[in-house]
Amino acid sequence: MNDTIHFFSGFRPADMVFLAEAAWRTLLVYGVSIFLGTVIGTICGWLLFEGRLLAAATLSPVLDIFRSVPLIIQLVLFYNFAPIVGLNLDPFASGVVILTVYTAALVANVARGGIEAVGRPMRRAARSLGMSYWQDLRYVVLPIGGRAVFPAWVGVALGVMKDSALVSVLGYVELLKASQILITRTQEPFLILSLAGAFYFALSYPISRYAAKLQQRWAQ
Amino acid sequence: MFDYNFHWRPVLKSLPDLIEAGMVTLQVAVLAMACGIVIGLGLALIRLHMRGPLRWFASAWVELARNTPALFQLFFFGFGLGAFGWHLSPYTIVLAGLTFNCAGYLAENFRGGFQAVPDTQIRAARSLGMTSVQTYLRIVIPQVLRIVYHPITNQMVWAVLMSSLGMMVGFRELSGETQFFASRSFRIFEYFAVTAVIYYAIVKIILGASRLMALRLFRY
Repeated sequence: MNDTIHFFSGFRPADMVFLAEAAWRTLLVYGVSIFLGTVIGTICGWLLFEGRLLAAATLSPVLDIFRSVPLIIQLVLFYNFAPIVGLNLDPFASGVVILTVYTAALVANVARGGIEAVGRPMRRAARSLGMSYWQDLRYVVLPIGGRAVFPAWVGVALGVMKDSALVSVLGYVELLKASQILITRTQEPFLILSLAGAFYFALSYPISRYAAKLQQRWAQ
Repeated sequence: MFDYNFHWRPVLKSLPDLIEAGMVTLQVAVLAMACGIVIGLGLALIRLHMRGPLRWFASAWVELARNTPALFQLFFFGFGLGAFGWHLSPYTIVLAGLTFNCAGYLAENFRGGFQAVPDTQIRAARSLGMTSVQTYLRIVIPQVLRIVYHPITNQMVWAVLMSSLGMMVGFRELSGETQFFASRSFRIFEYFAVTAVIYYAIVKIILGASRLMALRLFRY
């Protein structure tokens, strides 16, 4: 066995830097998408609530498509569709666009649930106190409804974080793609995958525990 | 700006193959769900009633499944186990990965379901002379199933969507098959568009079937 030629080199400290950079890129694509997706999703949720029949006939089937087609297919589709209409997007931009839309589709339902969670009488009361429609949304619906669906939103946000790994299919070198590259070179799949998994776990686990605690406290 | 010619003919020609691959997707998702429900039920019961190493094992399973990306889990079953000389076939990788993931998510749903059944009912059943197994089979589980029916349906949809990750480990289910055809003809957009439609149809069929079953199951 010692006579075999070694094409592969072991895991070096410099590879940790490579992984850390990839982890940063994961956070970047995720952070941008979750922020934009939440904003757009909240607006969509408000439209779904106020639009009634019109929104049910137009917006919700569109959002439904993004929830019923695998994210990986959406990514490949969009990445290959953009050049057709003359957009030349790099993997990062394509990933952000699709993750944003995907997040928005998920957040829209959460946001609508939040608005519905605020009772009609409370909103009428706000309006009779002389608040404008927007004041009512800002000072009554947002704090009360937002609190009601905050755990659901955290669930969506954590889900999208895990799904952001799929951007690697476009060639964006995020954490999982980077670990795949390293595995090919070092032939140490267990160690490297454990590092990648530990990163996701360290990010996701505390947040999910914290959200569960908050939910429990608010439920009392 | 729009000088792309769509070629749908090669896609239509391989449509039967794609639909067959869709059946593989459905099959692996159903199998993973079936195993996931059984294991998830076990994990939930262990986490509710036991102490010691078995409980740590169940908790570790649930938290790992819920806090790391599904793609990571597939890679782990694919490459990670390779480090120990376990080389699984792509089908086994996807089935194992999906089962691991579904079992983790379902375990939390089941746990919530079990906690929703009041303790007094169990005590009442026991004092009527039922054994603890009888109590579980006749009193607790039927109610839990009703509570977790909707989450199980959701998880089934997720299982179908997640099986698309098989593409990344070389499994020829719907996505993998599509990628195979697409890379042969370079009609990437067309192929993936049709695949997206097939996924959408599968998801809608599952949701419709679940609604019909609910009508039949929960008549009383």
